[in-house]
Amino acid sequence: MALDKPYKDVPGTIIFDAEQSRKGYWLNQFCMSLMKAENRERFKANERAYLDEWSMTEEQKQAVLARDLNWCMRTGGNIYFLAKIGATDGKSFQQMAGSMTGMTEEEYRNMMVGGGRRIDGNRYIGENGDAQAHNQPQGSAGSQVHAGSKKA
Amino acid sequence: MTMAKITASVYTSHVPAIGAAMDLGKTQEDYWKPVFAGYDFSKQWMKDNQPDVIFLVYNDHATAFSSDLIPTFAIGTAAEYQPADEGWGPRPVPVVKGHPELASHIAQSVIQQDFDLTIVNKMDVDHGLTVPLSLMCGERDPVKGAWPCPVIPFAVNVVQYPVPSGQRCFNLGQAIRKAVESYDEDLNVQIWGTGGMSHQLQGARAGLINREWDNAWLDQLIENPAAAAARPHIDYVREAGSEGIELVMWLIARGAMSDIRDGKATGPVPRLRHRFYHVPASNTAVGHIILENT
Repeated sequence: MALDKPYKDVPGTIIFDAEQSRKGYWLNQFCMSLMKAENRERFKANERAYLDEWSMTEEQKQAVLARDLNWCMRTGGNIYFLAKIGATDGKSFQQMAGSMTGMTEEEYRNMMVGGGRRIDGNRYIGENGDAQAHNQPQGSAGSQVHAGSKKA
Repeated sequence: MTMAKITASVYTSHVPAIGAAMDLGKTQEDYWKPVFAGYDFSKQWMKDNQPDVIFLVYNDHATAFSSDLIPTFAIGTAAEYQPADEGWGPRPVPVVKGHPELASHIAQSVIQQDFDLTIVNKMDVDHGLTVPLSLMCGERDPVKGAWPCPVIPFAVNVVQYPVPSGQRCFNLGQAIRKAVESYDEDLNVQIWGTGGMSHQLQGARAGLINREWDNAWLDQLIENPAAAAARPHIDYVREAGSEGIELVMWLIARGAMSDIRDGKATGPVPRLRHRFYHVPASNTAVGHIILENT
């Protein structure tokens, strides 16, 4: 019998469940390694060589190199693990989260200061909120973000 | 009779950017001022109501626990815990001193009440634990300073789905209270529930905030916690964002309050000393309340 996954109909959202976690194991463990300063240095010195030390899929490596967090998440990454890449790049959680929306940093920050993204239209896939697939990209950084995403 | 007692519960978001704002001296900037103003009362309250031990419910954010090991409920029984390097370098805050005797006692009692805890004797603690301490206790020098009392870290998996249900958390809180009250030493124990409120850190829906839902949930947590505990996961995910699920941890603290018995609210609602809500701190809605047992 299939597992109950009632969260599949939430737009713009990938729930990090056991299936995603299994797919993303090595990607996420690579991220964990960046909690050590010497590993951050080695990664920054030669990203490709460092990634090749891990049993990640080629697609996961490409997603990391592109810093496309949506793509990383589809291949099993989780934001709390992926945040270690952002930290290595000197990015805040807000910059990382914003990068997944197609908005520029400023556009995303302004949305948050204005009270955040509205829930209306964003509860179920098929409504008409700004997080729905047919309303992407959301901002002027969009084309860039979505060029990367299409590779997946 | 000599016994330890839970006197109050504290609930707060644990946004990492709040810690960064404190560590970088940004608390007086226009963006951050209203966030920290919401904790002015709380810092004074902490001084006036200093506990002997804080039982601090939080979640580890892929820091101490990688994908190698994912405990649903983990209790820290160590003598001390170092602030973790989450990738930006460790926060400049004091070492967290534990309370191994009470923690071990609670572990034994709670496991005997059928909650299978993981016992942790060595781990670093991340912003989930240190940001609430900073908010409630103010800035502390990492070397010369110290937190006001020992802390028992209690980590809940809210990263990999499925996380424990709200009902399970609420029931666990009741078991923790029984455990504390069977400890033969006069200790004033506070229980803190942290994380939330509405926020989503991923995908096209990143930045979701649901002010109305958050405040209705706070009302329910205070007045009718059994109903809050009965909400399914999907309510949190859909209404409060994928990371809003952290709120189940608040139900552990609420379940440990003295008006709850056998899963029901039997006595008068605890005294609400403080309530605060603000949007945004980075990606997140900040919620904070303080409840005292009467």
